[in-house]
Amino acid sequence: MSSLRGRLFAILLTATGLIWLSAAVWIYFGTHRELERVLDTRLQEAARMVNSLVGSANMTVAMAALPGSPAEAGGYERQLSCQIWSFDGRLVARSDGTPHGRLTEVRSGFSDRIVDGEPWRVYTVANETAGIHIMVGDRLGLRDRLVSELIKGLLAPTLLIAPLLGLLIWISLGQGLRPLRAMAGDVRNRDADDMSPIDAAHAPAEVKPLAQALNGLFAKVETARRHEREVTAFAAHELRTPLAGLKTQAQIAMAAEDPAVRHGALQRIALSVDRTTRLVRQLLALAKLDTSGPPPARETVSVGAIFDEITEAAPGAAPHPSVTLDPALQALTLQTSRELLTLILRNLHENAVQHMPADGRISWRSTASGRGIAIEDEGPGIPEDELALVTQRFFRGRHKSALGTGLGLAIADAAARQLGASLRLSNRVDRPGLRAEIELGG
Amino acid sequence: MRILVVEDDPILADGLAVGLGLAGMTVDRVESCADARAALATSTFDAMVLDLMLPDGSGLDVLGEMRRSGDRTPILLLTALDDTPDRVRGLDSGADDYLGKPFDLDELSARVRAIARRGNGRAAPCLTACGIVLDPASQSATLNGVPLPLSRREFAVLSALMERPGIVLSKVEIEDRLYGWQEEIESNAVEVHIHHLRAKIGRETIETVRGLGYRIRVAS
Repeated sequence: MSSLRGRLFAILLTATGLIWLSAAVWIYFGTHRELERVLDTRLQEAARMVNSLVGSANMTVAMAALPGSPAEAGGYERQLSCQIWSFDGRLVARSDGTPHGRLTEVRSGFSDRIVDGEPWRVYTVANETAGIHIMVGDRLGLRDRLVSELIKGLLAPTLLIAPLLGLLIWISLGQGLRPLRAMAGDVRNRDADDMSPIDAAHAPAEVKPLAQALNGLFAKVETARRHEREVTAFAAHELRTPLAGLKTQAQIAMAAEDPAVRHGALQRIALSVDRTTRLVRQLLALAKLDTSGPPPARETVSVGAIFDEITEAAPGAAPHPSVTLDPALQALTLQTSRELLTLILRNLHENAVQHMPADGRISWRSTASGRGIAIEDEGPGIPEDELALVTQRFFRGRHKSALGTGLGLAIADAAARQLGASLRLSNRVDRPGLRAEIELGG
Repeated sequence: MRILVVEDDPILADGLAVGLGLAGMTVDRVESCADARAALATSTFDAMVLDLMLPDGSGLDVLGEMRRSGDRTPILLLTALDDTPDRVRGLDSGADDYLGKPFDLDELSARVRAIARRGNGRAAPCLTACGIVLDPASQSATLNGVPLPLSRREFAVLSALMERPGIVLSKVEIEDRLYGWQEEIESNAVEVHIHHLRAKIGRETIETVRGLGYRIRVAS
């Protein structure tokens, strides 16, 4: 059952019903037993009374003293019947409405018998002096009727009250669940942008964890959205500048009469298109890294193959710097995501290329652990105070290159974290230059 | 008209320098707040095009410092942040105009001319004196209604003198308007331009004030 109110209602109603039922059963058996005792005592007393009357030796009067008003069918009248038998088996007397057959063969005390197809309970007293048995009995059927009438009398009001009780439970539950409904209404009526917390301080103890959990979710969503807005705003900003450059250069190319000026503008347009293309590619890579998808599939990846792929495709204005690969890396294979590792290494490599003098050399080296890759360049390195900042998006430090987007190291860092690896940047100790190291576990 | 462009993107900065140059302006470009401060300390500019996001800080900082120190150089802010609050903040910080990237080069030139004109205390777009009318927008001139062909340099010298008719401009001040830092200045270039101008508009219009410089003669 999905409704909390319905669920509670069913539970409460079943519990109440069960309690009532067991109370009724208890009352039934208790009353039955008590009634048996009372009626048995009555049989005994009636028998003794007749005995004492007989003892006064006036049989006729004794007979007349027995209850004798005419029977009324269905009522509780004429409950008791009395027979007096002589010891020699002669019926001396019997009360009105008493069966003709002997009520019991038992000579003394209580006995149960079927007489004329009806169960009877009989009490017998033997009067040795008069030589008679006095038997007083009643029909058990009458006793049962008495008990069931009593129970009916008890249950009837209960059955009348039950619907009323159900209604009361239903309304009370509605009242009790009101804070929950109020909270739901509060959340339902919110704007999509409203991430303000719910008032958890005044919520009932049971609802508080839910309110707090919701507030936690709101906070997380808000953070994610703010991050998204910042990245979008940054991306828009970073795209607008190259677009402005493109437009300006295009207008110069159209307006300039000097062929040299026009040629220069067209060259810069081509350069700017390359740069903007790279920026868009990196923005898309970053957006893809940001959307938390399933964990990257691991496969056997050859570092040598990635090296060949990257150094062939490395974008380059003018002369390529020379690139060397550590033989240990050429043979190294790793269990990791090919896509992410390529993304990391490509961005680190491109970063190195951009900061290199034309005759510089980039070295791909194996790390001490044998499970990492370090890329060293011969550029200016990164000022120590900027080392922690360069992995921030769009951060372009003092040694920025003309082609840089401020995203390469941020992408490498984000991708490394997704691989469970870490990116370490340091300035080379042997000569000026940057060492970017990525250490892959397992 | 000498303009300072503060923009860190090399392609856009180059576009601004060449583009405004085509519109007859002399452009100096710098790439950071620090370089902008240095340029402002050593030279005077008719207007300044200032990018907001610079590698070593915000253009707004430079703008604030300039205004606090009483620098009245007209400033056009150039930025990718073109939300209304940003525009308002820029203008309230003392900028004269604001243009969001990307922009139209012709519009930028027109806006720079407009703030420079206002900076010189003029409202009329054309410079007029002694029957000469200079139109900075089209880089054209007329003398008594007849088109007057002038070279780019001649136009620049004449408009510098005509901005404040009757006020003397020294040779150095005129050179400042003509050449950016990168340009080689020939020692007698100003004299040569003045000589050519006098040949075209008449000897008396430009008066030599011995030891001080040149001025446009104001018709009395």
